Amino acid sequence: MYDVIVIGAGHAGIEAALAAARLGCRTLVCAVNLDSVGNMPCNPAIGGSSKGHIVREIDALGGEMARAADACAIQCRMLNLSKGPAVHSPRAQIDRRAYSEHMKTVLEQQLRLDLKQAELVSLRREGEFWQVTARTGSKYQAPCVVIATGTFLGGKIHVGDLTYEGGPDGMHAAVLLSSALRELGVPLRRFKTGTPPRVHCGSLDLEKTQLQPGDKEAVPFSFNAQEPPRQLVRCYLTYTNQETRRVIEENLHRSPLYSGQIEGVGPRYCPSIEDKMVRFPAKERHAIFIEPCGIRTQEMYLQGLSSSLPEDVQQAFLHTIPGLEQCEVMRVAYAIEYDCVDPQALLPTLEFRDLPGLFGAGQFNGSSGYEEAAAQGLVAGINAAHKVLRRPAFTLRRSESYIGTLIDDLVTKGCNEPYRMMTARSEYRLLLRHDTADRRLLPYGHALGLISTNRYAKFEEKQKRIEAEKARCQTTMIPLSKQLNELLQQRGTSPVAGSVALIELLRRPQLSYADLAPFDPLRPAFPQEWMATVEADLKYDGYLKRQEAQVREMNRLEEVPLPRAFDYHALRGLRAEAREKLDRLRPQTLGQAARVSGVNPADVTVLLLALKKQEMTGDVSRETI
Amino acid sequence: MPEPHTIAAIATAHGPGGVGVVRMSGPAAIIIADQLFFAKNNSNLSQLRGYTMTYGTIHSLPSAGKRRLDEAICLVFRAPHSYTGEDVVEFQCHGGAQVLRQVLQAVLDAGARPAEPGEFTRRAYLNGRIDLAKAEAVMQLVTAQSGQAARAAASAMGGALSRAIEEIRQSLIPLVARIAAWVDYPEEEFDDPQQDQIAAVLAESAVRLSELLRRSAADQAVLFGLDTAIIGPPNAGKSSLMNLLAGYDRSIVTELPGTTRDTVTETVQLGNVTLRLVDTAGLRDTDHPIERIGVARSKTALANADLLFAVFDATQPPDLSLLAPCDPARTIVIFNKIDLLPSTPPPLPDWKTVSMSAREGVGLEALTAAVESLYQTANFSPDEAILANRRQAQAAQIALAALQEASFALAEGYALDAVSVCMEDAIQALYQLTGERASEHIVDEVFRNFCVGK
Repeated sequence: MYDVIVIGAGHAGIEAALAAARLGCRTLVCAVNLDSVGNMPCNPAIGGSSKGHIVREIDALGGEMARAADACAIQCRMLNLSKGPAVHSPRAQIDRRAYSEHMKTVLEQQLRLDLKQAELVSLRREGEFWQVTARTGSKYQAPCVVIATGTFLGGKIHVGDLTYEGGPDGMHAAVLLSSALRELGVPLRRFKTGTPPRVHCGSLDLEKTQLQPGDKEAVPFSFNAQEPPRQLVRCYLTYTNQETRRVIEENLHRSPLYSGQIEGVGPRYCPSIEDKMVRFPAKERHAIFIEPCGIRTQEMYLQGLSSSLPEDVQQAFLHTIPGLEQCEVMRVAYAIEYDCVDPQALLPTLEFRDLPGLFGAGQFNGSSGYEEAAAQGLVAGINAAHKVLRRPAFTLRRSESYIGTLIDDLVTKGCNEPYRMMTARSEYRLLLRHDTADRRLLPYGHALGLISTNRYAKFEEKQKRIEAEKARCQTTMIPLSKQLNELLQQRGTSPVAGSVALIELLRRPQLSYADLAPFDPLRPAFPQEWMATVEADLKYDGYLKRQEAQVREMNRLEEVPLPRAFDYHALRGLRAEAREKLDRLRPQTLGQAARVSGVNPADVTVLLLALKKQEMTGDVSRETI
Repeated sequence: MPEPHTIAAIATAHGPGGVGVVRMSGPAAIIIADQLFFAKNNSNLSQLRGYTMTYGTIHSLPSAGKRRLDEAICLVFRAPHSYTGEDVVEFQCHGGAQVLRQVLQAVLDAGARPAEPGEFTRRAYLNGRIDLAKAEAVMQLVTAQSGQAARAAASAMGGALSRAIEEIRQSLIPLVARIAAWVDYPEEEFDDPQQDQIAAVLAESAVRLSELLRRSAADQAVLFGLDTAIIGPPNAGKSSLMNLLAGYDRSIVTELPGTTRDTVTETVQLGNVTLRLVDTAGLRDTDHPIERIGVARSKTALANADLLFAVFDATQPPDLSLLAPCDPARTIVIFNKIDLLPSTPPPLPDWKTVSMSAREGVGLEALTAAVESLYQTANFSPDEAILANRRQAQAAQIALAALQEASFALAEGYALDAVSVCMEDAIQALYQLTGERASEHIVDEVFRNFCVGK
C-alpha cells in the first residue's frame, strides 16, 4: 500500500516521486528499465533559452534536476549574453550515463521511496484507491497516481519505411496501459518527435569544423551549488550544404512524414532536417552542432539533424557534411510516435478534472523537453502528496515563474503539437530572470517543506545583502574624475560635470556594474551572480515596475474565482465559441478564463458583469451585452 | 443557452424604394418562411441548400385568410454561412411600406418575434461572424444621428478601422517574432535584428496611431456630439444663446439675474456637430438655497463637458476669473450683446473668442466656425478609419504609449528584451482594440517563418 504511485522514472517521474516522498508520502516509482532512470534519449544537454530558467526554478522549489545537472555537467555556457538580462539562459552539456546513475542513486537513497522495474499494464479504480498491475502480476494501490510515461506509451518507431513498436533508445514500448487509460475516458492522442543520429568521434574530421568552447566561468543551475560545474569537453560546429539538400530532396518520398505513414502531430519548432529543407527552400545551409554524450564515450550527438529518413539516406546525407564525410553512425536517427493526453483535461494542479487522484506530467501532457517534464513532475508530485496529506493545492502564477506559465499554457490553451517553452511565451519575462528564481520561488519551496531551514536562512541572508547593496547604489555619489569621463566617452555616453549618483551611471545601458568598480571603492565583494542581480534590478527598474503594474492589473482577474458550477449556457452575451470552451474547460479564475483560446476581452467583460450581478442578486442568468 | 428565438425585421430603409427586404434569422427561419412562401417551381424551402434563391409569392397564414401579399424572391442562407451565423431567410419584396409591414406581420404571426435594434449584428458577433470593432460600428449605424455619422459607421463596418489596425499589427508582429526566434533559438545563428529597421517600424506605427488618435476627437464630436456647457456670470445672456441655438424659447428669459435655477438640456445641430447643451445657473455666490443647488450642478456640468461656451456681457468689464477652471482647448469665449456696443470688442488673447448678439441672432456663423476649428470637424472624413468610441481610443492610446516606450528603450541602448516586451504590449493593446486575442500570434509567427529545429 502506497500513498503515491508514479508511472515512469524519466525527468517528470523522478521529480514527482522525490517530491511526494520528501513531503512524507510512501511512494512507488516504476520504470520499464531501471538502467534508464533519468534517461536523455535526445539532446545530451540541460538548459537553454527559457529551459535554463525552468531548471533554476525547479531548484528553488526543492527539486533535483539542477543539482544533478551541476554534478554531471561537462561543458557550460550562458546563452543570449548580448540579448538582455531577462533572456540570459544557462545551458550545460551533460554526461548522460553519469546523470542517469546519479538520479538512480538519489531515488534509491530517498526515504519512503521504492524504485521498481515494472511495466504497468492496467490502471483502475478500486474503491477509494487507484490500482496498478505490473506485467509480471504484482498489484499496487495508492490514492494518487502520477502518469509520467514520456514517449513509452503506445510508442512506435519510424526509420524510413521501417516501422515497429518500441520506446525510446531501443527500449520496449508500454502498449497495454493505453487501453486502460482509454477505458477510464482519458482523451489520448498521438504526437510524434524525433532524434538525430549519433556518430563515433574517432570517425570525424574535426579540423573541418569550428570549435565551440565552454564559458571561462561556468554558472551552476543550483542556487546551493558549492563549486562551479566542470568544463571537460568541447563541442563543434559544422553546416549542411547544397549537396546535403540534393540528397535529401531526392529521397523525400522515402520519409514516413511525406508518405503519410506517421499520423502523429510533430512539433513545428524542432522539425527534422527533411522538414527544414521542404519548408525553407531558400536557406542555403543549416547549422549542425556536434556534442559529446559523455566523457567515457565516443558517441557524439548531431544537433540539427533529426530525421526519419531511411538508414541508407541518413548515411548518404551525413557524408556530404564537412567533418562528417567518413563518419561512422552508432545510433540511427528515428522518429517516435506516442500516446499523450490533451492537457485541457487537467486542472492547474495537473490532476485530471474528472478522475480525482490521477495526475499527469511531462511528455504525457503534451510537452516536449526534459526541463518542461521535470517542472510538471515536481508540481504533480507536490499536489499528489498534498491531496493525500489533505493540504491545499499548489499552483504557481504566470507572473512569478516559467513553470506557472508552462502549466497554465498547457491546461488553459492546450497544445496541438509537443509544447516547448520559449522566453517569448512569457509576457512577464522581464520579471522572470534566471538569477531571480530563488527570490521568486524559494520561499514557496521552504513553505512546502522541500527547502531546509538552513538553506532558507542562507537565502534570506543573500537577499538582505543584495537589497542593501541596491540601497547603497541609490545613495552613493561618485566624485568627478578625469578617468570617469574618459570611461563615459569611451562607452559613448555623455560625460558628467560634477559628482554624480552611482545609480544614475548604473541606469545607463552603456555602463556595467563591473565597469564602475574602480570609482566605487566601498562596494562589497559579491559573487559574480549577485552582482548581475544588483545590476539588472537597477538598470531595468523602470521596466520591472511597468511589468509589476501589469501583474497587479492581471491579478485582479486572477483573484476572481469562477464558480465550478457556473452555467455558461444561461449567460447571454457570450459568443458561442467562448461559451462552448468555458463550459468544457471550467476555468478556476476569471484570469484563467481570459486566456482560454476563443474567449475574447468582450467575453471576459460579460463574465465579469455576470459575476457582479450574481454577487448582488444571487442570479447569473439573463445577462446581456 | 435556451434555443434562441427566430427574429425578423424590415431590413431596408423606411420610405418608398425599389426593393424592400424582410429578413429573418434563427433556427425556425426556414420553417416559418416555408409556411408563407410558395415557390413558382413548387420547390420546398427546407430542401434548398444555402446561398440559393427562388422566386414565388408570399401569402398570409391560412388563419389570416391566406391572402396573397406580394411576389418576392426568397434567399436562403444556412447556418453557419450567413450574416448572423444562424439560418437566415430574406424576402426581397416589391417594396412599399404597406406591403413590407404586411409581410413582416405574417412572419411574426408564423412564430418569429420582432428583432431589437442591432440584434442581427449582436447575433453575428456572438456567433463569431464579425469582430467587435465591426459590431460596434453597426451599433453606431443603428443609432447614428447624422448622415455623416452613419457613413462613418458604415465605413467602420466595412472594416476600415479593423484593416488599419491590422496593418499596424502586421508591421510589428514579424519584428517581435524575429526577436523571439533570435532569443529562443540561439543555436540557429540568426543575424542580430536590425535596430534601425525596428526603430523605423516603431516610428511609422506610432505616427499612424497618433494620426488615428488625433482624428478621434473630431470623430467623436461628429459621431456622438459634444456635451456642451454654457457658463458665464448671471445675466450675460446664456439663456438667450441657448434659445438662439435651439431656435425657440426653451429657457425663461427675464431681466432678473438668477432666473435660471436649474440646468436645462437641449440637443442642437451646429454645422456638422451635434451639441447637447446644458444651460447653467449663473456662477455667482448666492444665499438662495434653490439657486445654490443650481450653481453646484453648473460646476458639475462644467467639469464633465466636452465644450464650454463662456458667455460674457460685452457691455460690462469681463470677470476673467470665471475662466480659471476652463481649458482653452475646449472653451469658446463669447462676448454677447454686441448690438449694444458701437464696435466689436477685441478677442481675448489665448482664447478662442466669438462676438455675437444672441438676442439679434448675430454671430452664429462665427460660433459654428469656432467649434469646427476647435475640434477640426471640418476635416472629418467618414470614409477613413476612425476610433469610434472611448474604448477603442483608450486601447489605441495604450498601444501608442507602449510603442513610444519601445522606441525610447531602443534609443537609450537597452537590450532587445525590454524593447520586445514593450512591442508585445502594443500588439496586445491593438488586439484589444478590435476585440481579439494576441496570445499565440508571435509564437505562431516564429514557427511559420523561421527555420528552427533540433
